[in-house]
Amino acid sequence: MSTWDFLLQPAGFDIGETGLFAFEATQPVWRALMVGLGNTLRVSLPALLLATVLGMLLALGRGSSSRSWRLLSSGIVDAVRLVPLLLQLLIWYLLLVEWLPDANAALSLLPGVWLSKGGLAFPWPATGDGGWAWSWPVQEAFNVQGGGAVTPEFLAVMIALSVYTGAFLAEVFRSGIEAVSTSLLEAAEALGATRWQVIRRVLLPQALRTILPATTNQYLNLVKNSSLAVAVGYPDLVSVGNTTLNQTGRAVECVAVMMGLYLAMSLLTSAAMNAFNARQASQGGLA
Amino acid sequence: MPTLPHLLRLLRSLHAWRAILAMLLVAAAGQAHAGKTLDGIRQRGQINCGVSTGVAGFSAPDAKGRWAGLDVDICRAVAAAVLGDGDKVNFVPLNSQQRFAALQSGQIDVLSRNTSWTLTRDASLGFHFTAITYIDGQGFLVPTKLKVTRATQLKGAQVCVQSGTTTEKNLADFSRSHKLGIKPIVFDTYEAGFKALFAGRCQAYSADASALASIRSKESPNPADYTVLPDLISKEPLGPVVRRGDDEWFAIVKWTVFALQEAEELGITQARADAMKASDDPAVQRLVGSGEDMGKLLGLDKAWSLRALKAVGHYGEVFERNVGAQSPLKLPRGANRPWSQGGLIYAPPVR
Repeated sequence: MSTWDFLLQPAGFDIGETGLFAFEATQPVWRALMVGLGNTLRVSLPALLLATVLGMLLALGRGSSSRSWRLLSSGIVDAVRLVPLLLQLLIWYLLLVEWLPDANAALSLLPGVWLSKGGLAFPWPATGDGGWAWSWPVQEAFNVQGGGAVTPEFLAVMIALSVYTGAFLAEVFRSGIEAVSTSLLEAAEALGATRWQVIRRVLLPQALRTILPATTNQYLNLVKNSSLAVAVGYPDLVSVGNTTLNQTGRAVECVAVMMGLYLAMSLLTSAAMNAFNARQASQGGLA
Repeated sequence: MPTLPHLLRLLRSLHAWRAILAMLLVAAAGQAHAGKTLDGIRQRGQINCGVSTGVAGFSAPDAKGRWAGLDVDICRAVAAAVLGDGDKVNFVPLNSQQRFAALQSGQIDVLSRNTSWTLTRDASLGFHFTAITYIDGQGFLVPTKLKVTRATQLKGAQVCVQSGTTTEKNLADFSRSHKLGIKPIVFDTYEAGFKALFAGRCQAYSADASALASIRSKESPNPADYTVLPDLISKEPLGPVVRRGDDEWFAIVKWTVFALQEAEELGITQARADAMKASDDPAVQRLVGSGEDMGKLLGLDKAWSLRALKAVGHYGEVFERNVGAQSPLKLPRGANRPWSQGGLIYAPPVR
């Protein structure tokens, strides 16, 4: 019996949140791992975007002329960077679960959008027999059924990752921008360039050279940090891999698969960022 | 303190290479574990017993840090039988994901950690399950205010479970066969799961019924707010586990459990074990060491089972003290009574 045969066996366990996939316990183990990978990507990609936006806002705040904005941004950046991510994740999860209304008494924010401890439910296209239609969430006996949903676990992981990485990215952006020598900016202004032209043609090309490699680093960290989701019950790759490991006993193979998939994600992320970096360097600007 | 040139000169000599080769061979042989578990225990003077990180009634440290529980008492009984003293045990707390790797790697000699006996675990992980010390089943803990009385009413519910246990699989099977569409929320630690239930995140928490009783009585903010549903959706025979490759050790652990269980049938209690040496019943004599020498056949001495009984008492006493009437859990004996009293505890005869 080959050591990899277990991947073709029925999984035997359900996954609480499957995103765009539909997963049954009778499907093979490799499909369960793919669903786990999908969940990791589903939480990492929005978190990457949010972290970048948050990083830019915090960097702007730190460089702001108003003292209160400066203090606020510095305070947030320092506090978030100093507390371990696992603690932050648990705190966000605790807050979300405490504050949200009970699942059997969900709050309707908009017609068809329900918020409760069971998650945020919204209308989502669902495929039925012969075409697709909108599936609307409905409050049932225990919780809201139907439609698309994001669980508090997903929200907690996404928010925690975004805030944590955003704070680090803020420092990366700020240091990249401050590293550009002011004489260059003054020279551009002396030549009659507008503020926007100075930023776009002089500041950013120089700053991006420093910022992009460090940002790649932070993005890779974010994807790897998503593995902490197992602590709050979000079924990401590590959580599903762990379950598979325990159900089948195949410790070495399961860890090898998880490592391989994380390696693939990291290589893809860094390849994409390096291509972007090379394009910046060759064209000399945010073209 | 040898200097570096001194060490290099040493390596050039053949003597050193022979010594290094001998050390590597010993290290390699140590990995094989064939028959070595018992030798290792005797050499260390201690049994490495894998237990949980704190399941009340089964294995949990008390306020003074001393381990107590049903699984803990089984390890103490084995230590008393093999090493003469029930305290010669090193308790290694393990979570549900570490426990099997710890046993496979040799970090522990026996896993006594409310582990269910299943075919997958017995046949494919390189283990032997020794005996059944607690007959359990998987149940559900629900908040009373949901007014759920049967497990089949949990249609579409979100149920918190702990990862790395048979619970997830049983829950999926139950959900599929009754078409309930249950969504599991899987946590990696024991505590995170039931804390999510108390916070209202999930509508039920599923685990072995014995663990649910301990959670409800010790961990919940108000035990009256939570109910353990009467349905048991699976069979969970719990018992100690050992590695394959040491048949002597396997036999010793197995027969220590059987001795405790048979002692209950014969009425040999912890207090009266010594006094019952005067009994005329050959079965009693074999267990208290005044009759035939059963210990010799296991590689132990005559008083092996007497020491086990004096350390922890018979199975019924172990049960009542840790999870039964004399404990905060107050679990009923149920199926865990001896066969002669209508239960399922049927130990093969010690003879």
